[in-house]
Amino acid sequence: MVSHQVPRWSAWIFRASPGWQRTACAPGASVGQQRWPRIPWQVSGPLAFRGCASTAPRVPRVMPTSERYPVQRLPFSVVSEEDLAAFERIIPGRVITDPEELEVANVDWLRTVRGCSKVLLRPRTTEEVSHILRHCHQRNLAVNPQGGNTGMVGGSVPVFDEIILSTALMNQVISFHDVSGILVCQAGCVLEELNHYVQERGFIMPLDLGAKGSCHIGGNVATNAGGLRFLRYGSLRGTVLGLEVVLADGTVLDCLTSLRKDNTGYDLKQLFIGSEGTLGVITAVSISCPPRPKAVNVAFLGCPGFAEVLQAFSTCKGTLGEILSAFEFMDAECMQLVGQHLHLARPVRESPFYILVETSGSSAEHDAEKLDGFLEQALGSGLVTDGTVGTDQSKAQSLWALRERITEALSHDGYVFKYDVSLPVERFYDLVSDLRARLGPRAKHVVGYGHLGDGNLHLNVTAEAFSTALLGALEPYVYTWTAAQRGSVSAEHGLGLRKKDVLGYSKPPTAVQLMWQLKALLDPRGLLNPYKTLPAHA
Amino acid sequence: MAELRALVAVKRVIDFAVKIRVKPDKTGVVTDGVKHSMNPFCEIAVEEAVRLKEKKLVKEVIAVSCGPVQCQETIRTALAMGADRGIHVEVPAAEADRVGPLQVARVLAKLAEREKVDLVLLGKQAIDDDCNQTGQMTAGLLDWPQGTFASQVTLEGAKLKVEREIDGGLETLRLKLPAVVTTDLRLNEPRYATLPNIMKAKKKKIEVIKASDLGVDLSSKLTVVSVEDPPQRTAGVKVETTEDLVAKLKEVGRI
Repeated sequence: MVSHQVPRWSAWIFRASPGWQRTACAPGASVGQQRWPRIPWQVSGPLAFRGCASTAPRVPRVMPTSERYPVQRLPFSVVSEEDLAAFERIIPGRVITDPEELEVANVDWLRTVRGCSKVLLRPRTTEEVSHILRHCHQRNLAVNPQGGNTGMVGGSVPVFDEIILSTALMNQVISFHDVSGILVCQAGCVLEELNHYVQERGFIMPLDLGAKGSCHIGGNVATNAGGLRFLRYGSLRGTVLGLEVVLADGTVLDCLTSLRKDNTGYDLKQLFIGSEGTLGVITAVSISCPPRPKAVNVAFLGCPGFAEVLQAFSTCKGTLGEILSAFEFMDAECMQLVGQHLHLARPVRESPFYILVETSGSSAEHDAEKLDGFLEQALGSGLVTDGTVGTDQSKAQSLWALRERITEALSHDGYVFKYDVSLPVERFYDLVSDLRARLGPRAKHVVGYGHLGDGNLHLNVTAEAFSTALLGALEPYVYTWTAAQRGSVSAEHGLGLRKKDVLGYSKPPTAVQLMWQLKALLDPRGLLNPYKTLPAHA
Repeated sequence: MAELRALVAVKRVIDFAVKIRVKPDKTGVVTDGVKHSMNPFCEIAVEEAVRLKEKKLVKEVIAVSCGPVQCQETIRTALAMGADRGIHVEVPAAEADRVGPLQVARVLAKLAEREKVDLVLLGKQAIDDDCNQTGQMTAGLLDWPQGTFASQVTLEGAKLKVEREIDGGLETLRLKLPAVVTTDLRLNEPRYATLPNIMKAKKKKIEVIKASDLGVDLSSKLTVVSVEDPPQRTAGVKVETTEDLVAKLKEVGRI
């Protein structure tokens, strides 16, 4: 991990050096799995898949999911020697049974759930995935598709001994059309690598999230990831043009068109986007990339109160208009945590709230003028008490790091209870204040941050260790509070294992009924990512 | 103390996070539409000057930059960090390529005399040409002592104690003022320019002059012959066993 005692941009000197970027120069070339260790995903990230298991630090063992959560193993078959031989025939040399490598793949990034799978498969092609799923279907073996393993709801790792189907080696860019900006690639491409690839050609990926160094595009699509650019470029439901999916019985569904408009029949890809690996395994994605903005500005501002944050947001929309590309907020406790655990310097005077405003446009002068106008207005009217503007790219990245690395800082603070809710903006922070009052000294920290522009609050509570008492105080309080505001109990993180039973707070019973029917239709044996996403059928 | 005045030279360069592209005609690198910012070492120099001012050891910090009109943005950044006023020595864009360390040194020397400064601070080198010459040439032209690659600067009466980073370790010099100092990475961590200062900087004065006003000749005896990419790194070859390694080495004629 890079020490943050050195001047803040020397880390970026390394990052900018050519040897670090493993970008492909032609379609069909492999987009490598290298990851910049500024996000220390070493513990459960694919770095360990390379056989570098010794780099994982000794950390306390995670309790197996079956012990922590009330879940019973369904009567799937157990992997046998014949099964391993069959897999070896399909993907020679890529059937992993080594306990150390499996240890990493069995635990999620948050280190809150642990499965006991004995087999990890790494196919390279859609055909291999199809053969594997056909075999599993015949043998009634459960399968857990796994991308970058950066999910927040325990959906990416097995609950029991489900076979882990990793997309790590499905990392080829299939094609990129540099006039339309349409990228077609395999599901195992790492988001940050794809971003570099299209950036070289004058485009950017339509989504961006803190986990970009490790997450796979297939996983992003399967979870309908939101992220930091959502405000400007919208949801994956709009930017994904086509998918190639392998269904539970091994059938390959090729809907991988690259057409902006195609109204021929029901839009099947929408079923799989956000299905969290329970309706099919996504093997390739066709996605529309926006042009790379010529001018990007980042401003980091301190606000004296939440009312001012909301007013600043309205002012932003009014004065910055079409160039606004991100509006994130964080509270003082978040800033304190990133300072304490990651030694990131606070760039402005201490304030109760901080907002990060990003503009992206095609003209530097035009954007600078608009941003100056907004800043003068905000400062003049007292909405903002202090702030700074990233005057060069490395400063802009440092400012983003303050927001992007909050998750990381929280994980250093102890056990984290994570909630991700959509609420009407006016009541946003009330949930955080209410919880602070309700929990008192039982919680170490209660923080709120997130995509204010999208109405998405990330509420996190840290404690020295997991405790059922604290969990009891939090749930179902957070969910009922959210439901009372007609909000969503999972704005962008999805349901996975940990929230599968609470979707009822945001969806009516008829909706859940229809979801069960769709699941039964596409995966009658329930082999794909079992125990997750939907509550157990009544 | 506090009667000292400092001149800080800042250079506008291509932002160091940007990937550099060589122009197809090999006359230089692509600068159109590319993000530019203050040279990181110059930022450290500005930060040091501002810190000296905050310690009440320096009375006034003047930021200066030579180049086309866009340099004024860079001077504004220095003003936002705490410099008091700026001087822009305007050079038309067409001639800007030929302005190198010697020309800038001549300008700085004349300015240092005109403004009667006691300290000239610069970054040790610019990240676009990596010359590492301007500070030294300025000191030579002024016949002033110099402390280059400074990692620590302390004022001791009428002398400046400069700790320098050199190959063998650290060297400490005592310079009589007036002096020239060039800054190295570990001298300080430049501050973020705060919003109130950014707003105030808009009102600070930037004087625009030409090199000829100072009586400086910007002609250069150097011409750039060509600018080319370094040779492409060829992919390495991975082998499974030592026998394979030996066979491969024999194949490429290495053994």
